[in-house]
Amino acid sequence: MSAFQTTIMQARQSPTTWFIGLTFGIAAWFAVYRQLQPASRWLVAQTGIKPGSHLAASVEFFFFDTPKVLMLLTLVVFVMGVVRSFFSPERTRALLAGRREGLGNIAASALGIVTPFCSCSAVPLFVGFVSAGVPLGVTFSFLISAPMVNEVALGLLFALVGWKIALTYLAFGLSIAILSGWVIGRLHLEAWLEPWVREVRSGPGLVDDQHLEWVDRFEAGWDAVKEIVGKVWYWIVAGIAAGAFIHGYVPAAMLAGIMGAGAWWSVPAAVLVGVPMYSNAAGIIPVVEALLGKGAALGTVLAFMMSVTALSLPEMIILRKVLSLKLIIVFASVVAMGILAVGFLFNALFT
Amino acid sequence: MKDVKVLGPGCKRCQTVEDMVKSAANALGISIALEKVTDYAEIARFGIVSTPGIVIDGKVVHAGGIPKEQDLLDWLQA
Repeated sequence: MSAFQTTIMQARQSPTTWFIGLTFGIAAWFAVYRQLQPASRWLVAQTGIKPGSHLAASVEFFFFDTPKVLMLLTLVVFVMGVVRSFFSPERTRALLAGRREGLGNIAASALGIVTPFCSCSAVPLFVGFVSAGVPLGVTFSFLISAPMVNEVALGLLFALVGWKIALTYLAFGLSIAILSGWVIGRLHLEAWLEPWVREVRSGPGLVDDQHLEWVDRFEAGWDAVKEIVGKVWYWIVAGIAAGAFIHGYVPAAMLAGIMGAGAWWSVPAAVLVGVPMYSNAAGIIPVVEALLGKGAALGTVLAFMMSVTALSLPEMIILRKVLSLKLIIVFASVVAMGILAVGFLFNALFT
Repeated sequence: MKDVKVLGPGCKRCQTVEDMVKSAANALGISIALEKVTDYAEIARFGIVSTPGIVIDGKVVHAGGIPKEQDLLDWLQA
């Protein structure tokens, strides 16, 4: 290790360095962010594409949105990484164990927003919750809320399409998670778990709760940036490319015909199309932005986004290890009904 | 001889953690018996909710995500 690297390693141990570094970093972030629109216009002008053409609209959307979304994502993920360091799935489980339904469903859905979760640990999480005495319905509330009302998606939605839509998404996403979990709990489907899941008695788990300093939390935020941004950037670029195509080429009249409020069948269609699509919630948002810009109905777009994130085929295949097929079908239908209700309700209210 | 278990269904991060444990043990010159636990029932019995997890001599020392290298060295020496 060179002397320079050693100095950096030592400097990173100090909270002061972090505070100074963050202050400069955030100031630089805002300075660059404000220049993105003119810079993307300038860049498009350099390519010699005829201004006002379809291609120009697409390319400008792409040049503007790619750095914008990636910068926003970096900021949101960092902040959320720091916030998440206050929550762990182990702690969430301890909070939820032995909770009654009702309140438990609400708590589980809310904790689903901030608790770190990835679909690859859905199974250990499910088993860990159920075996520690978290009621089945409450576990489902968590499992629905965690991928759907994802804090990164919320942050991006807030920044790209506005706080009203972000708040509505939050409110309705939480309602679906709470109600679906409650309904599943009422149905008393414990017998439909795979037999081994009911028999597992969990051990004490991680006993010593590591004490984290602020430096550790900042490091956690930075790790989250490296990991999440490193992992999802190509989803986002793909999402923006799709968004750019919609923005430049898809005629507003056609899209309004297909996804407008007048077409009632567009809501179930959006849900169906969303199921096999597996995208990170962050990747879907540029598409949402472009669709809304072209006059697609809000309910239809929200239904699509919820379906992509909450009803993912790969996750259901993973969950098959702990749930019987019957229970997966009940889970998917209850969530799908909730999403349909949100879609129709929105289209009826906001037209 | 330390008994080390890496808990995880076999995702990429579990593999990374396994490699980290091996190289940390090598660096310290400690001999370990490394076992990969991929069975979900087995993982759940340790009481962890997020993977990958690390168990050293029967005690859960880590759950969820990639551990810090320094922590790993400390756990192996403890």
